[in-house]
Amino acid sequence: MTRTIGLDVDGEAVRIEIDVRTTLLDALRERLGHTAPKKGCDHGQCGSCTVILDGRRHLTCLSLAVAHDGATVTTSRGLAALDEAPDAGPPADTAEPSSPSLPGADPADLPLHRVQQAFLDHDGLQCGYCTPGQVCSAVGALAELAAGQPSHVTDDLSGRPELSDAEIRERMSGNLCRCGAYAGIVAAVRQAAGS
Amino acid sequence: MSEPTGPTLLDPVQMGRPVGRLDGRRKVLGVAPYAVEHEAEGAAQAAMVASTVPRGRVRSIDATAARALPGVLAVLDHTNAPRVADGEDREFAPLQDDTVWFRRQPVALVVAESSEVAREAAALVAVEYDEEPAEVGLRPDSPRLYTPEKLSDGSESDTSAGDVEAALAAATHVVDETYATPYEHNNPMEPHATIATWHGEDAGLGDGPVLTLVDSTQGVHAVRSSLAPVLGIEPERLEVVAPYVGGGFGSKGAPHVNVVLAALAAKALAPRPVRLTVTRQQMFALVGYRTATIQHFRLGADADGRLTAISHDVLEQSAAIKEFVEQTGSPTRSMYAAPNRRTTHRVARLDVAIPFWMRAPGEMPGMFAHEVAMDELAHRCGLDPIELRVRNEPDVDPETGHPFGRRRLLECLRRGAERFGWEEGPRAPLSRREGDWLVGTGVASSTYPANAMPGNEATVTFEHGCYAVGIGAADIGTGSWTSLTQVTADALGVGLEQIRLGIGDTRYPSASVAGGSSGLSSWGIAITAAARAFREQHGDRPSEGASATAGMPDNPDLQEYALNSYGAHFAKVRVHADTGQIRVPRMLGVFSVGRAVNPTTLRSQFLGGMVMGLSAALFEESVRDPRFGHVVTQDLASYHVAANADVADLDAIWLDDDVETHLNPMGSRGAGEIGIVGSPAAIVNAVFDATGVRVRDLPVTADKLLAGLLPQRERDHVLGDASA
Repeated sequence: MTRTIGLDVDGEAVRIEIDVRTTLLDALRERLGHTAPKKGCDHGQCGSCTVILDGRRHLTCLSLAVAHDGATVTTSRGLAALDEAPDAGPPADTAEPSSPSLPGADPADLPLHRVQQAFLDHDGLQCGYCTPGQVCSAVGALAELAAGQPSHVTDDLSGRPELSDAEIRERMSGNLCRCGAYAGIVAAVRQAAGS
Repeated sequence: MSEPTGPTLLDPVQMGRPVGRLDGRRKVLGVAPYAVEHEAEGAAQAAMVASTVPRGRVRSIDATAARALPGVLAVLDHTNAPRVADGEDREFAPLQDDTVWFRRQPVALVVAESSEVAREAAALVAVEYDEEPAEVGLRPDSPRLYTPEKLSDGSESDTSAGDVEAALAAATHVVDETYATPYEHNNPMEPHATIATWHGEDAGLGDGPVLTLVDSTQGVHAVRSSLAPVLGIEPERLEVVAPYVGGGFGSKGAPHVNVVLAALAAKALAPRPVRLTVTRQQMFALVGYRTATIQHFRLGADADGRLTAISHDVLEQSAAIKEFVEQTGSPTRSMYAAPNRRTTHRVARLDVAIPFWMRAPGEMPGMFAHEVAMDELAHRCGLDPIELRVRNEPDVDPETGHPFGRRRLLECLRRGAERFGWEEGPRAPLSRREGDWLVGTGVASSTYPANAMPGNEATVTFEHGCYAVGIGAADIGTGSWTSLTQVTADALGVGLEQIRLGIGDTRYPSASVAGGSSGLSSWGIAITAAARAFREQHGDRPSEGASATAGMPDNPDLQEYALNSYGAHFAKVRVHADTGQIRVPRMLGVFSVGRAVNPTTLRSQFLGGMVMGLSAALFEESVRDPRFGHVVTQDLASYHVAANADVADLDAIWLDDDVETHLNPMGSRGAGEIGIVGSPAAIVNAVFDATGVRVRDLPVTADKLLAGLLPQRERDHVLGDASA
């Protein structure tokens, strides 16, 4: 059985006919060619497939695409569009060469969200496979903190949660990194939050 | 001894700088294409059907319902799959006969228009078996135990020097304990995955690739050399591509059955490409894992704590379908000085999945046992654990008698003790308590051999004002794209902007795998040789198209010196006195690994290894069904790996005046593995210091502490502990 749904992915409106069993992740990766969200476990256990869905971080492997007709999806590729302070921090192109000779799309034309720049500044990645999910999750986590939502490690549920390393670690623990880049990830999120 | 002539060292200009990852921007954006993310016009999707018995024969396969499903293109099994040309390695001979060697072995493969249809069809394939009795548990009395001819590092199974039994009988202090490590799975975040395209013999007017594999691998040339004979293809006509690899930690160091299945499916559907992704669950059966070990460790020492005997007897497991023997006792042979030493390995080939490399195979489980045993000995001798190691530092490699290139273990321990704030003296378990938490600190040494693998070649070509350097190396997250660019720039004496590196593709010259902490060394040797040949042939002002290719020069030093990296690991733990919950608020690693080619990526490798060591210490354990031998904890919800909140204050430093003069022109050794080696023992030793409970089997979980904590709680109750 198939259905036709519409999605806005990284600012581009698309309509696709899909098998009703298709997850949002498979719709993005296998039907639409958006391979920024990764499939690490397909069971909502690793966080690699995280995108910003209608303004909140979301595991696309646990969602059926038909349930999200009309949704707005932002992947790591289009994340800069969500940056409310894109000019804060060092200019994106001074720290890292874009290395046009490497395989894959030349990223020189693609702007970075400050969270992504912070991941580069603190080497918050190694193999890079969990990274698109990490950066989307970090953007979502910072928004949740800013909105005053408490976490498991928030001591005072009546006040606003403070940005601490413990809060960052807790809120980023849905995104596994087998390379073990957690120290860099925490430093990156702290930097992005401060700017 | 004549003075060997080691490699001529490069002058570090770009090397030593913290250059950001050249592939970093692509990775944070998500536009670096991993294996199955490459374009493949009209590709079909494959899904595997796994055996449900551990041993036996496939009696029948009924794929009628699967084939009837709209969108199914083929169902392959042993009756109709394309034949392999060489089936001697049974891991690479799937669907060739009806034998079942372990539960979850692939017995059929569905190829369909979409992944949804492939999965549904795979579930519809009905397989019947004639089951045979299976042996799936590693037991000290297993009838299948034997002495292997060699360990996987090529060394002898058993070694012996002096008289261990007599020395132990005469020793003042003896440690005689059994240590155990569990089955562990690599679990790189990117599952093993392949796009296979069978172009056929006539491709490219007879000399183009017959088969292209876009694969997630730690070595494109290893895939080519392993699978070309299996598939009956000339090696140069098997093309393998892997520009970005989402981790491996050893599991992608050689192809596994899934790659062969993708190739066979592509051959059946030629010229249509086929995508095959191993699911996370299937990764627990098909792509390797670390064997469990049972290690009998005995140490004898005199009254001053000087070792008189070291004895390490290892029981471990391999698979009936294919032998792989973890070199668990290897590091013991060269770690500390003692006149009487022995190591043995006994292995049981069971009816289970095939074990393989997992980060620091051998060193990780073996040094866990050795370094916990050393901590136990220090306690029995009443010595500071660091002092015990100082007293047993060898002058030469105990195993070979060769001089060490430079062994700086004690400097690592002393630097670490100072930075960590190590309290000198023997450990006094149960001496520190903060509220409900028992606090302890622990230390352990680590070592890893300095490897450079043979068979590397690089080419340098001057093109459009830049130097294109090619070698079929891999970047699995280690930073090779960046560090090799730095090496090349210094080898040619130019800036980074003039280098165009090409790796991860068999179109570039032969390269060994990213494994054994050997990648940068092995590839850098060939790149430097090619760069030097280029300058010799073409000078400093080359003409367009000038090119040179070179392999690895002889290095007589490798026969003259024992070359190893060393490290000192420190950990602080907090154990809840009532629940046994363990937290690790602080870890420090101090390493001697030669020169830092790129301090940023080097530090990340150390930290990553330490995180995986923490993960092994506290969480990781693959639990087998004792009836069928398959792993029941086959996902990331039940096989726990360290998450962000499990890791607190992590610190890794290295001896920054360290230069390895015997191995390679960069002056480096390798750093991918040593971070995991000492971390578990440091944590286990810290748990002993905190609680007085000695845990000898990984992982250390609360349940293993509770029985030992109980007397402490009762004492608190009776005495009315003031701090409670």
